[in-house]
Amino acid sequence: MKKLLAIALVAVMAISLVACGGGSGSSGDTIKIGVFEPQSGDNGAGGKQEVLGMQYANHETPTVKIGDKEYKVELVYADNASSNDKAPSAAQTLCSSGVSVVLGSYGSGVSIAAGDTFKSAGVPAIGVTCTNPQVTSDCDVYFRICFLDPFQGTVLANYAKNDLGATKAYCLAKQGDDYSNGLANYFIEAFGKDNCVFEVFPEGTSDFSTYITNAQNNGCDVFFSPVSIEAAAQIIAKADAQNLGMPILAGDTWDSNVVLDTAKGTSVQIAVTTFYNEGANAKFDEGIKSWVNSDSTAKTNNGGNDEIAAVSAMGYDAYYFALEAIKNAGSTAPADVLKAIPSTTYTGVTGNIALDDIGDAIRDSAFVKRCNTETGKWEFVTEAKVQ
Amino acid sequence: MNKTKKNNYIALILIVVFMLVIFALDQLIKPTDSLGMLLTVLQKGSVYALAAVSMNLLNGFTGLFSLGHAGFMLIGAYTYAIFTIPSAERDTVYQYFDAAIRFSFPEAFSNVLGPFGTVLGVIVAVILAGLIATVFAYLIGLPVLKLKSDYLAIATLGFAEIIRAIFQWEKLGPVTNGSNLLKGFVRTSTMQLTIGNVTLSFSTFVPVLIAVICITLIVLLVNSTYGRAFKAVRDDEVAAEAMGINLAKTKQLSFCISSFFAGIAGAMMAMVLSIAQASNFKVSMTYEILLMVVLGGIGSISGSVIGALLFIFSSEWWLRGLDSGSFLGINAPTVFRNGFRLVVFSVIIMIVVLFFSKGIMGDKELPEKIRNWKKNGLFNFKANRKDLGNVLDSAPDESAGHSGRRSKS
Amino acid sequence: MNLFDTVLPYLLSGISVGGQYALIAIGYTMVYGILRLINFAHGDVFMVSGLVMIYLAASTPLYVAIPVTIIVTVALGFTIERVAYKPLRTAPRMSLMISAIGVSYLIQNLALYITGGLNKNYPEIPWISDKIEILGTTTTRVTAITPFLTLALVLILVWLINHTKIGMAMRAVSKDFETSQLMGIKINNVISATFVIGSFLASIGSILYFSNYPGLVPTSGSMPGLKAFVAAVFGGIGSIPGAVIGAFIIGICESLIKGLDTILVSQGIISGPVGFATFSDAFTFVLLIIILVFKPTGLFGEKQTDKV
Repeated sequence: MKKLLAIALVAVMAISLVACGGGSGSSGDTIKIGVFEPQSGDNGAGGKQEVLGMQYANHETPTVKIGDKEYKVELVYADNASSNDKAPSAAQTLCSSGVSVVLGSYGSGVSIAAGDTFKSAGVPAIGVTCTNPQVTSDCDVYFRICFLDPFQGTVLANYAKNDLGATKAYCLAKQGDDYSNGLANYFIEAFGKDNCVFEVFPEGTSDFSTYITNAQNNGCDVFFSPVSIEAAAQIIAKADAQNLGMPILAGDTWDSNVVLDTAKGTSVQIAVTTFYNEGANAKFDEGIKSWVNSDSTAKTNNGGNDEIAAVSAMGYDAYYFALEAIKNAGSTAPADVLKAIPSTTYTGVTGNIALDDIGDAIRDSAFVKRCNTETGKWEFVTEAKVQ
Repeated sequence: MNKTKKNNYIALILIVVFMLVIFALDQLIKPTDSLGMLLTVLQKGSVYALAAVSMNLLNGFTGLFSLGHAGFMLIGAYTYAIFTIPSAERDTVYQYFDAAIRFSFPEAFSNVLGPFGTVLGVIVAVILAGLIATVFAYLIGLPVLKLKSDYLAIATLGFAEIIRAIFQWEKLGPVTNGSNLLKGFVRTSTMQLTIGNVTLSFSTFVPVLIAVICITLIVLLVNSTYGRAFKAVRDDEVAAEAMGINLAKTKQLSFCISSFFAGIAGAMMAMVLSIAQASNFKVSMTYEILLMVVLGGIGSISGSVIGALLFIFSSEWWLRGLDSGSFLGINAPTVFRNGFRLVVFSVIIMIVVLFFSKGIMGDKELPEKIRNWKKNGLFNFKANRKDLGNVLDSAPDESAGHSGRRSKS
Repeated sequence: MNLFDTVLPYLLSGISVGGQYALIAIGYTMVYGILRLINFAHGDVFMVSGLVMIYLAASTPLYVAIPVTIIVTVALGFTIERVAYKPLRTAPRMSLMISAIGVSYLIQNLALYITGGLNKNYPEIPWISDKIEILGTTTTRVTAITPFLTLALVLILVWLINHTKIGMAMRAVSKDFETSQLMGIKINNVISATFVIGSFLASIGSILYFSNYPGLVPTSGSMPGLKAFVAAVFGGIGSIPGAVIGAFIIGICESLIKGLDTILVSQGIISGPVGFATFSDAFTFVLLIIILVFKPTGLFGEKQTDKV
């Protein structure tokens, strides 16, 4: 019995070793685009929605014409598990499989961690919704098509001050998470340090009731918590149970139907800044909805309904932006695509995309949306700009 | 005498050949090759190999069941990162804080010694990483090493969590950058040397070299009188004490040395990942290292190395196909979807834990094992097993789970 | 604001959290009392119970889902013991603990595979999820009833252990494993019974916990599990009342520490926040180390005699 088990184990190992030896690069008339996104971990839900946008775009336009030759576009996936220490090897898998360009990731930490890997392989990466300035600042091969945290933090702070009339803000970030800490930091900078109470919660926290109480006891009138979706659901539930009594503000991560589902039927007011407002492009909305409804896996990954997350729209635009760059490069070689990206422009469903010297998108507006807790849908509030 | 000497020479030659092969791989394989993964897993594997060996020194050779490894690696990673970030990069890295420490070893030394100074600076920073981990270990060891088996495990685990919380504390932000990651320091991907128009890469060579040196040191230690004292403490504390071994001192020594190498492993981790962030060093990392040790065999250094490499190679590379739809040519996206790799992997580990509790090597080292295999044939389990005296079976102190509730008088 | 009004909400949530920890802690303390094993997988059993409930409630009414969840959880606890711990009965303690860590790793990875890495929303159970008001603080009913339900269950359990045959066997086994075996006690049955009771309480705990904090991820069980274990050590491992009191103390302390900045600032003791909340988890471990170093037997643990 033991002998058999041991031999079986050895055999599995041996065969898989052989199987892995034969990875293949871009060959013939296929071009590979790497999808570097979290499929599990803290940001799994968000990552899956972002991938949906790319998959839909790939479904809509499965080929690209370079010169006169028609190439089939193949998406290659690597799960970075929302974890910085898994990110470099996930990135390396993509580089080894011969991708021409990489899209992703949702979450900035993993993108920063993978930057070096892409850099040494010379493979360009296009950040879709990683908003931390450090992603592109010292990585020559990283570009991004979304706005940045300093911008988003300022928009949110202005909205809290001017539109909500808040004078004191409670900021809650997750310990050890650079996204929420970073955004909270820029928010506090713009809102005024003396008028903010900043706290962090340890990883794995489920009990947010004390933080809700803290906000109430400090006499705050806005609750800012740009955290991951899974914590969002807990915060909303507790805010409802304890009658928080102030609006909750959050960044792009909260633009998700998980938030809508939890908030539906409660008395919690929620407002978020985001990249895309459903209804801005009717053709895209309709197309992706019918695609999501026709594909059960896609529907599960979207959280069980056909509500469109802004990150899906961003993923969709990122795919087309990458195709545009490949066309401009006129080649499938990563080095050529890398050279072509800075000058590439594209008008997508989320607006115009053009890059500046650092490689960041030149974007001057963000959408503010409010959750309608009766219908469980987002309502457009305003398109915010910063001078 | 002559035979040991001869064996030592053979070992030395093998190591040199091995390092040459690694060096050649570093130059030959490009990151975009399909074999590019080999370098990544070799780098990561060497980090975990050292971590596993250092844990084995404590758990397998001294019989102290500690689960605080991730905490010491964290200290090592942060020490290394903080002291090697170039001053030009400090302000971008500490984007929300005013960096308190503005000293970088590689920079300071290279100002005086040129390029050689950078290398020296890295070496100093790596050793410092180990030393600071040792200081923490010494302080933690004072209260907790008195505790017995599982109490020791849970107390060290607790300390690792406390260390993590301290490093993430907002008020320490100017030093540790709070919750945010540290980057921009000297890392493997930037370890290149350009002579004329030839660029030599050392990105795999360096971590493997550090691991080889450290593991060699541990092997020498285990074979010294200290090593024999460790084993005596493991096998029977009362008898060891009667033989004149100072229990508290020996345990403390083992704990500190193990933490020193854990700190170095942490520094290597930062080097290889090119970032350092406290949230990576969770309890689950300690568990993974422990499972590597078990896989390789508790009480065998070569076992730990094999266990760590096997673990990293399969989880990061060979079994990846299980996650992405097709594996061994079988295409079944509904079964082979995300997370399946880890399920298969944990099943394999459970099989090892339950049916092969001695792991791959038992408590034997590779040369001895090879001699056994030569003698008995690879799959002749009975004979091979007979040749394997096992640590665990011969450890009367903690054996027979239920009567093991004695506390040291 | 006066001190009482400021502190009250923290106390309430602390008591509620403590009650949930208590239900998990009992499973740890009983298993440890008998097998001398830190059952690292116990927290994950707790998580699986929540997961089973989520999948069942999606397709069946609650009066079916709840009992089935409890049965499945109990079966899981039983199976884990039979498959992963029983074969190692004569193996050293370290192997047993490694096996426990392995099981925990397996369960978490399985849950990750099944849920696909997405977080799941726990179903709302009517009545206990309703909002109520206690002394001017709004909260849900489950928060209020948790401590009472916990105490009731514990009283039943203590009665069971003191007045039934299996209870007597359990006490005997935890006093002396070998002798009780010689006395004709069927060790395996007693151990299984322990796991069944522990898992049963964990599944009740999971219903209360996840009704209170409705999001579930594969790692949801590990932190509560660790804290419950600390509670068990704190109260004196092997002692059920000890585990319960330990759990309440840890729950309340944790909650107060999260609010300590606010409380101290509102009382004018410190001028600005210090960031104590960072240490809410770490504090649990500080407490553990203090108790281990100064009173290793815990608050209510019996002094154990040395056997050489």
